[in-house]
Amino acid sequence: MALYTLRRLLNAIPILIGITIISFAIIHMAPGSPLSQFTEDPTIKQVDKDNMIKAYGLDKPLYVQYWDWVSGLVRGDLGVSLLKNQPVADLILERLPNTLLLTVTSFLLSLLIAIPLGILCAVRAHSRLDQIVSGFTFVGISIPGFWLGLMLIILFAVKLGWLPSGGLQTVNADFSLIDRIKHLTLPVLTMAAGEVAIWIRYVRSSMLEVINQDYMRTAKAKGLPGNSILFRHGFRNALIPLATLFGLALPGFFAGAAILEQVYSIPGMGRLFIEGAFQRDYPVLFAIVTVGAFLTVLGSILADVAYAALDPRVNLSKQEVRG
Amino acid sequence: MPEAILEVKSLRTVFKDKHKELTVVDGIDFEIGPNEVVALVGESGCGKSMTSLSIMQLLPRSAEIAEGEVRYRGRNLVGMKNKEMAKLRGRHISMIFQEPMTSLNPVLTIGMQLTESIIRHLGVSKVEADTRADEWLKRVGFPEPARIRREFPHRLSGGMRQRVMLAMAMSCRPDLLIADEPTTALDVTIQAQVLDLIRELLKESDMSVLFITHDLGVVAEMATRVIVMYAGQIVETTDVRSLFQKPMHPYTKGLLNSTPRMKGDIEKLIPIAGSVPPAGMYPPGCRFADRCPLAEAVCRAEAPQLREVVPGHRVRCHLA
Repeated sequence: MALYTLRRLLNAIPILIGITIISFAIIHMAPGSPLSQFTEDPTIKQVDKDNMIKAYGLDKPLYVQYWDWVSGLVRGDLGVSLLKNQPVADLILERLPNTLLLTVTSFLLSLLIAIPLGILCAVRAHSRLDQIVSGFTFVGISIPGFWLGLMLIILFAVKLGWLPSGGLQTVNADFSLIDRIKHLTLPVLTMAAGEVAIWIRYVRSSMLEVINQDYMRTAKAKGLPGNSILFRHGFRNALIPLATLFGLALPGFFAGAAILEQVYSIPGMGRLFIEGAFQRDYPVLFAIVTVGAFLTVLGSILADVAYAALDPRVNLSKQEVRG
Repeated sequence: MPEAILEVKSLRTVFKDKHKELTVVDGIDFEIGPNEVVALVGESGCGKSMTSLSIMQLLPRSAEIAEGEVRYRGRNLVGMKNKEMAKLRGRHISMIFQEPMTSLNPVLTIGMQLTESIIRHLGVSKVEADTRADEWLKRVGFPEPARIRREFPHRLSGGMRQRVMLAMAMSCRPDLLIADEPTTALDVTIQAQVLDLIRELLKESDMSVLFITHDLGVVAEMATRVIVMYAGQIVETTDVRSLFQKPMHPYTKGLLNSTPRMKGDIEKLIPIAGSVPPAGMYPPGCRFADRCPLAEAVCRAEAPQLREVVPGHRVRCHLA
């Protein structure tokens, strides 16, 4: 298992290099540059612009720029934001906890609801309950997050005034847990709504595959209590395909909530990325894309390792190693 | 006769959907006494397995018991609360199934699957349960039980898995074992091994067995009494000796004629023409009439009743 994991990690290196090259090229191909904002500004002289271009290294050939950036990356230097004049690493570290707070909380909340409900729907497949829950899941999947977010703001923040409409804490107030929870309630609910719907579908269908298996009948014939049959014998098997999906959810923790961070004015990674994209803040964009790519690859490796750990039939020593 | 372990009284099991009901077990009565091995015989689709699942209250969701009683030591299991039933299952009534390859949980170790019911039913510690599991694994022919306990099912062959299933079923020393075609999916040599094992276990305990099979060879080896089913009904029931020597129902005779035997001259195997009519399509008279070489007008007109022709020998046939 350890050897397999190591091999998968080594295999990931060329993939990551490929991703950085492609994203580097694509971002540079996009029209405009970090200095576009100054082109129409009569107060800035051409000499100053040329100096800035030189200072940022934007006059060098693309491969040299890439090389400079990669060698910085290897040393752990993500560069300096062109607009904010701050190290990119600092910017990310400042924003990442906010994003994780939002994404991980809503992910855990949605699993907490989706796993029991999905199992229940599978156990009572095609019953009235299953039909009602299925109806809600389709609604949940169809409703766009930004729309739901705005509706919740109108209802709970504007009309009822129960909850704040945005931000992570009351301005100029000291940190308090209750204040933080109040601020998180709406964004977490908005985000979890869609996720719950999707995970209920996944858990239900995965559990349905399992529930009519012969070993479930054996477990019942042994006189085990219902919970033990459902969880130890049933869900334990249903987890195997779900593990893959959990792994794929990982990069979403990092970048996932871009739109909702905008709607709820949460200073997180998503907003940082959107700001960076609009202003062509190359170092910020590259850093986020790279971390995102890294997490995607890591997520798929984790998914495969979890898959192998959950299913004793998977024999890693004989399995072909895939990227 | 001592008190029966299991009494099945006018059991009727149906498959049900919104529109219709299909009777697959149609008014079955039988008893199993202490230490008795009763074989339930018939072709595929005659309702054998549905009978056994009805007894265990393990019917699929689409099926239900429409009428009748299943009494275990006098207690009616039909309509019993699931919690109560769970206390009987695996403890007093155990079951082994036809498909050893899929009947064990692929992600749990053999030891886990063996000990969980021991711990549950006998209330012993994990360590004690492991010891007992080892004893049973040894009993079913694993010389290194501690190693087998740590294995996952996919590492065992079909015969090994069925032996594990048997150890699991026996581990709480039940009164009644329901064996639903336990050897059908196995190679012939492995079949003999598993049958020998069941017989040995029977000798040592006073367990009763309901042995479901379509193999008359297995019946001759294992059973004390035989119930022959056809199209959801019992057509003949008697002790194993008279069944082989003086079968009375034409269907039983047909079954015997289509089974190869070692004794005597080289016999022709005579298959029974046609196949079991599907549930819901039964003819109005005798359900076997269309395939019966002896059928007369009365057979097609009137459904025969199960009647005692000779003491202890009941037959559902106008002509017997």
